[in-house]
Amino acid sequence: MSESPGEAALPKLIYRGAEAEIYLEDWYGEPAVRKSRIPKPYRVPELDSAIRRTRTLHETNLMHEARRVGIPVPVIQHLDPEESSFIMEYVKGPTLKDELYAISPEIRRRRCTDLGRVVATMHEEGLVHGDLTISNVLSNNGKLFLIDFGLGDFSNELEDRGVDLLLLNRAMKSTHVKFHEQIFAAFLGGYGMVVGRKRKAEILNKVREIERRGRYSERKA
Amino acid sequence: MFAMYCLGIESTAHTFGVSVVTDEGKILSDVRDVYASKPGTGIHPREAADHHSEVAAKVVSSALREGGISGGQLDGVAVALGPGLGPCLRVGATVARAVASCFRKPFIPVNHAIGHIEIGTLTTGARDPLVVLVSGGHTAILAFSGDKWRVFGETEDITLGNLYDMFAREIDLPSPAGPQIEKLASKSTNFVPLPYVVKGNDVSYSGLLTASLAKLRSGASLADVCYSMQEVSCSMLTEAVERSLAYTRKKEVLLTGGVAANSTLQKKLSEMVLLHDAIPKVVAHPYTGDCGAQIAWAGMLALQAGETAEIANSRVRPRWRLEDVRIPWRSSAS
Repeated sequence: MSESPGEAALPKLIYRGAEAEIYLEDWYGEPAVRKSRIPKPYRVPELDSAIRRTRTLHETNLMHEARRVGIPVPVIQHLDPEESSFIMEYVKGPTLKDELYAISPEIRRRRCTDLGRVVATMHEEGLVHGDLTISNVLSNNGKLFLIDFGLGDFSNELEDRGVDLLLLNRAMKSTHVKFHEQIFAAFLGGYGMVVGRKRKAEILNKVREIERRGRYSERKA
Repeated sequence: MFAMYCLGIESTAHTFGVSVVTDEGKILSDVRDVYASKPGTGIHPREAADHHSEVAAKVVSSALREGGISGGQLDGVAVALGPGLGPCLRVGATVARAVASCFRKPFIPVNHAIGHIEIGTLTTGARDPLVVLVSGGHTAILAFSGDKWRVFGETEDITLGNLYDMFAREIDLPSPAGPQIEKLASKSTNFVPLPYVVKGNDVSYSGLLTASLAKLRSGASLADVCYSMQEVSCSMLTEAVERSLAYTRKKEVLLTGGVAANSTLQKKLSEMVLLHDAIPKVVAHPYTGDCGAQIAWAGMLALQAGETAEIANSRVRPRWRLEDVRIPWRSSAS
C-alpha cells in the first residue's frame, strides 16, 4: 500500500496472502483498498462461505471498534458480507518498516514511541492485533495507522497482549538489526506512558514467559 | 562394498514393530504385532506393554529371518526411546539393550517423530519439504532450519489422531479409529456446522470433539457427524499448512504419520499444495502407521552420523520433543 495509485488500470492486485487478496480500486473517484477473502477449494462450500463471512465481519468489527476508541485505522467504506470483502480508505505512506530505514535516529525514536502509545491504547481498550509487525503499520506523514486485523480479537488477556509485543519485537529484530534495541525501547517507553510502570512490568514478564515456552520461536519474523 | 544393516525397534504405543534396513534405504523386513484395545477404551499402557513383552521375541526373530541376516551381521540396533507411553517404551528399550549387548553392536536412540519424518522422505524422495506430521501423538507443521526441525504450527490442545480416537472411544469403536471414522464419513455428504478454530498457524481440536459428541447426543446421524467432523478437522489443518507454506515458500509438502492414511486429508492437502505450485507427497502406504522401519531407517542415518549412545545412557524419554533433536545428517537448504 506504499505506492501511489498512479495511472495504472484499477483494480490492481497489490498483495496476495494465504487467505486474502488486496486490491487498489477506484471508489467514486477516490483511490480505495479492497480486501477479499478468497474461496478455498478444499473446504465444503457451506463451511467455506461461513468462515470467510464470519472473519470478514469480525475484522471489520474490530476495525470499527478501534476507530471508535481513537486508534488510527483505515475507515471502512463498504462491507460486502456475501462476497466476504470490504473496501477501506487508501492510506498513503510507506510501512513503518520501510520508513524506519529512511529517517533520522531522533524521528525513528519518536515514531516508535508513538506506536507504543497507539498499541497501549488499543490494549487498554480491550483489542489485540494478533499479527503486530512493522509491516502492518503505515506512516502517513508521521501519523501511524494499524492495518490487517485479520488475526485480531477482543481480548483483555495479558497473554494476547504479550503475543502482540513479542511479534513486534521479533519483526523489529529481523529487519532492523542495527538499531533494534533503541526502537523497541522507544516503543516500550510510549507503551509505558499509557499503561503505567506496573502494567508494563507485568506484560514484559509475560513476554519473557511466552518466549521461554518457545511456541513463537522461528515463526513470523 | 558390503551393505550396512540396522535393526529398528518401535514400541511407543500400540505397535510392537521390528525391521531391518540397509544403508541404501532398502527395507528388508518390517514385522509388526499390534495391541488391540477393547472397543470403547483407549490404549491401556500396562496391557499394551504386556502385549509387547509377549510378542517381542517372536517379532524380533521374524524380522531378522525375513531380512535374511543374522544378529551378528547387524551394524547397529536402534530403538524409539520416546516420545510415547512409559511402560511400552521400556519394553522396546529393554529388548534393544539386550540385542545390542548380546551381539556387541552400537546402540542408537531414535526419536519416534523423527522416524515418521525420515521414513516419509525415504519413501517419497522429498528433499527439503514442509512436513505435516499427523498421528496419535503429533499434529505439527515443521521445516528444517539450522540443525533441527522447527515447529511452524501445531495443535494447541489434542492431536488429530486424538480427536478421532477420543470420539471413537465415546461411541464404542475400537482404536485406532481413523479408518472406521473415514468409512462412516463416506456414507454422508450432509454437513452439520461444527466449530472451526485456526489461530495463525495453529489449530485447536478440543472444542470440535466436544461439539461433535454433543451433535450426536442431540440426534444427528453418526455418518453426518463423522463426515462433518472429518471435513472441519482436515480443512483446519490444511489452512494452517497453507499459511506456513505461504510463509516458508517450500517447494514440497510431505504428509506423514498414522493419520496420513486418511484420504480426505490427503485430498485436501494436495489440492491446496498444488495451488501454491508446490508438490504434495505422502509417506508410502504401509509406513504411515507406527512401524519398525521408521526407527531402523532413522537409526541408520544416526549411526552413519555417529549418533550412538552408551547403554548406561539409554533411559526412555516419554516426553522427548522432536525439536530438541539435533540432526547432523541433514543440511539446511536455506
